[in-house]
Amino acid sequence: MPDFLLEIGTEEIPARMIDGAREEMRRRLIDLLVRERIAGQAIGYSDDPESPVLAFSTCRRIAVVAKGIRARQADITEHVLGPSTKVAYKDGVPTQAALSFAKKVGQDITQLQTAINEKGEYLGATVKKKGRPAAEILAESLPKEIAGIYWAKSMYWRGKSAERFVRPVRWLVSLLDGEVVPLEFAGIRAGHASEGHRILSPGSLSIDRPSDYSSALAKASVVVCTAEREQRIRKALDAATRTIPGARWREDKSLLDTVVNLTEFPSVVLANFDPEFLALADEVLVTVMRDHQKYFALEDASGKLLPHFLAVLNTDGDPDGLIRHGNERVLRARFNDARFFWETDQRIPLRQRVDMLKAVTFQKVLGSYFDKTMRVQKLGSLISEALRSAGSSVRPGVVFKAALLAKADLTTELVKEFTELQGIVGGLYAKAQQLDPILPAATAEAIGDAIYDQYKPESMDDSVPRSVEGAVLAIADKADSIAGMFALGLQPTGSKDPFALRRAANGIVKIIAEHKLPLPIAKLFSDARAEYADSEAERRFSKEIDFDEAIANFMRERLEFYLRDARGFAYDVVKAVLAAGCDDIVDAIARAEAVSEVRGSEDFASISVAFKRIKNILRQARETNKAVAEKLHESVLTEEAEKRLAAEIPAIAAQVRELRQQGNYGPALAQISRLRQPVDAFFDKVMVMVDDETVRANRLALLQTLLNEFSTIADFSEIVTESKSS
Amino acid sequence: MQGLRAYQENHLAASQNPLTFQQLVLRLQNFWADHGCVLQQPYDVEVGAGTMAPETFLRVLGPKPYRVGYVQPSRRPADGRYGENPNRLFKHLQFQVILKPPPVNVQELYLESLVAIGIDLRKHDIKFEEDNWESPTLGAWGIGWQVMLDGLEITQFTYFQQCGGIDLDPISAELTYGLERIAAFLQDVDSIYDITWVVGPDDRAVKYGEIRLQDELQFSVYNFERADVEKAWKHLGLYEAECQALLDEYAELRGAADKAVGEIIDSGEERTAKSERRVERRRFPVLAAFDLCLKCSHLFNILDARGAISVTERVGVIARIRALAVGVAKAYVDQQKAEGDSAPTKENSSPQTERLAASRS
Repeated sequence: MPDFLLEIGTEEIPARMIDGAREEMRRRLIDLLVRERIAGQAIGYSDDPESPVLAFSTCRRIAVVAKGIRARQADITEHVLGPSTKVAYKDGVPTQAALSFAKKVGQDITQLQTAINEKGEYLGATVKKKGRPAAEILAESLPKEIAGIYWAKSMYWRGKSAERFVRPVRWLVSLLDGEVVPLEFAGIRAGHASEGHRILSPGSLSIDRPSDYSSALAKASVVVCTAEREQRIRKALDAATRTIPGARWREDKSLLDTVVNLTEFPSVVLANFDPEFLALADEVLVTVMRDHQKYFALEDASGKLLPHFLAVLNTDGDPDGLIRHGNERVLRARFNDARFFWETDQRIPLRQRVDMLKAVTFQKVLGSYFDKTMRVQKLGSLISEALRSAGSSVRPGVVFKAALLAKADLTTELVKEFTELQGIVGGLYAKAQQLDPILPAATAEAIGDAIYDQYKPESMDDSVPRSVEGAVLAIADKADSIAGMFALGLQPTGSKDPFALRRAANGIVKIIAEHKLPLPIAKLFSDARAEYADSEAERRFSKEIDFDEAIANFMRERLEFYLRDARGFAYDVVKAVLAAGCDDIVDAIARAEAVSEVRGSEDFASISVAFKRIKNILRQARETNKAVAEKLHESVLTEEAEKRLAAEIPAIAAQVRELRQQGNYGPALAQISRLRQPVDAFFDKVMVMVDDETVRANRLALLQTLLNEFSTIADFSEIVTESKSS
Repeated sequence: MQGLRAYQENHLAASQNPLTFQQLVLRLQNFWADHGCVLQQPYDVEVGAGTMAPETFLRVLGPKPYRVGYVQPSRRPADGRYGENPNRLFKHLQFQVILKPPPVNVQELYLESLVAIGIDLRKHDIKFEEDNWESPTLGAWGIGWQVMLDGLEITQFTYFQQCGGIDLDPISAELTYGLERIAAFLQDVDSIYDITWVVGPDDRAVKYGEIRLQDELQFSVYNFERADVEKAWKHLGLYEAECQALLDEYAELRGAADKAVGEIIDSGEERTAKSERRVERRRFPVLAAFDLCLKCSHLFNILDARGAISVTERVGVIARIRALAVGVAKAYVDQQKAEGDSAPTKENSSPQTERLAASRS
């Protein structure tokens, strides 16, 4: 059983695309081997070094090794169906159709069999198919697999009529044990020749056999296994950090993944910056180091930044200290720039910058950031008021001031240079600048914090704004964007969400949930939409879209996502709870919690079965035009069980209503569980769809009442029960 | 590809002194001249980047192979800092190389050029990090990297995919060296103004600041404070109108020529008319239209630096200039094609096309 190797040698692939492409290539090879019946025994997707299909990558190569594949396909016997016998013979003489079928399968007409299936009788033949050699199959199929790899962005390099790939392909190694599998892609014929590290081991490198692959590359200064490179980098970071007493490097998985994919032979150098730069905000220092220079920051045990950094190199070391010196030089210039920007920015305080926002576009129809500021400020006030009247404590003055200054940092040099620091810079500047001498220090601090947190949460894992005022500002800002885009008809569709509106909406849900804000969604968005009234943008709003409905569906979807994925509620609980209302997020969560509590209980299993049944009966009645009485008439009740149920409902319903009002969903559900017995008895003893129209209409009314009264916490019919239900 | 190691061994200058600014330029010129590049002189109309010079913007269009290298002063009015910032300039110098089509060892050649300017690759850390280039104003974009040397971005390396809204075929590789950055790195100085431009006859180092500081200061003053906004708008309008008029005229000429194609020519008169049209098309000043377009782009940049362009205007003006650039690119390609069609096949064709022609017949 031979081993197979494919290495695609390229110019530097973007770091962010490498892992995905490597895994895709592994999957493509496995699928191909299985499809073509040349896989070895235990083939699978595991990353275990013992796995029969291994995948490797660096910035200059993607490689896959399949151990122990079949050298050739096994021969197989196939049954081939030909023309129907009606067509094949005319008056007992074989027709042209029969002859050409015989020719096609390479048999004499007399050797052909007949096969009968449900459509009739056909000519047939048993054909032995000789298995093809693996090398032939691989050479033929792999170019298509290589060409099929998904890249977020690809390019031409040999002209428009040639292939596209992420970057130019420069060599191919394709071996079945010691033999070259003669495949061709991008005008390159595969062979033994690979390349080592560009600088440490320039020139061509011959790979003899697939089993030698990683060791041959190791000799040419390429650590081809991604996990091994990560391990090396981690160790080197640790070792360099140990030279500074009490220091640790700031763990940063995404940065680590990046440098792992930027290197073939990594090493680490420890370097320093002037401690005077520590006077700059941490956020600025770390952004420069991490996002712009791909350096790891060092901190002490308390998390305070230290004047050192770690650079990951793609070479074997820095004996003369030249590389360290160079990196220090670059960082010094960057920090100097940042400090220069910081100081320049202070010449124009944030207050004065608000007017400058007239020249910064938010969205070409929705206007400038100045327009947005004005809207968000008003919307923020409305939200503050709503929260206060619902009993939350919020300082409207803080929201008002913060909203006014929130976008002003977009005009600063520092944010123009480091865009990822938007909001953060505004917050820092607000605190550094004396906004208003009569403001108490605590208020100024609160304004700064709200501005600082306005873009939070940036993902489902990110934290929400720390203060209520920050929460209100963040909600107002996001709701304004969503409302504007929806009104323009630019809502997200499928995988397309260019304005990241889903993220914004997820953020609103998360903030409301975690701050437990009594803030109804429909009102929030109709207010946000109203802020566009009489604006130039409004004249270009879409006439086709039903704004309220679109928003309601969109936000319901986001809430569903939050409850399921972030909070881990069962999907049927989420459906049941949202069916009973999703305008009040905090309330929906409380209901979901209560319903989850009772979900497994016998009473509720029984109740949900009963509710499903009620819904079905009512639906049938609707579909067959059977009348439901306007209200329940006790005089028409005949059976004991229905009398009892009708008698129980008002008392329980009154209790449930009261408990629901107080948000006491646990006890409310306990009350509902008291219905189980009478309901079960009702269905045992009473037939609803009787012929007597009056009795039937009355019983339907009873069920309708039951459904209406007790579906306000959750639609129990959505709860999935064990299949023991009848 | 034993080339790089050998090249390192042979070319790492024994000299211990880092290159002066002008030695850096000379070395790069020599290196790329050795690789068959036409050495051009800087283009004499204001441009924001070497890419906008016709040696790049126009030459990458159409099928003709071409290699060129040139220094291009690149003016970005909004980047001016009155000479006060050690890392930022209103006008910086790029060394621009176009390789059309790119040779298979283009990256290796690039690395050799670094050796040629005295960088010992064994002692430094080089990375090619994803960085795709795009210019909405030029309707141009490409795929490539920023080349990082010890954490410093020293070159933009781009495989052009589209220019003037036209898909390129063949593809061109564009190397843009940031000369001030590289010189500051080589000379290990923290401020661009401290770069030694040349060592004078008395062994005195002539600094970058002596030559360029005044430029930076005065143009910052002009671009940020003095440029007459109203006149700049007027100039922009005039240049745009003239460029557009030329493009319209060319389109008309082209329309007439296209109509003529396919008509059966029998009279000598018509034949003369056709050949006249051909001459007219050939001598049509598309290149001048491009200069006018560049003028517009520069005026836009000045107005932008002056803060004279509002949100709504901004998008619109960019679209106007883009329309000119796209129009010029189209006309240029058409003109080249017309020239290729009319050129006598024997004299102008390369040995390769001749071979192709032979194998087809």
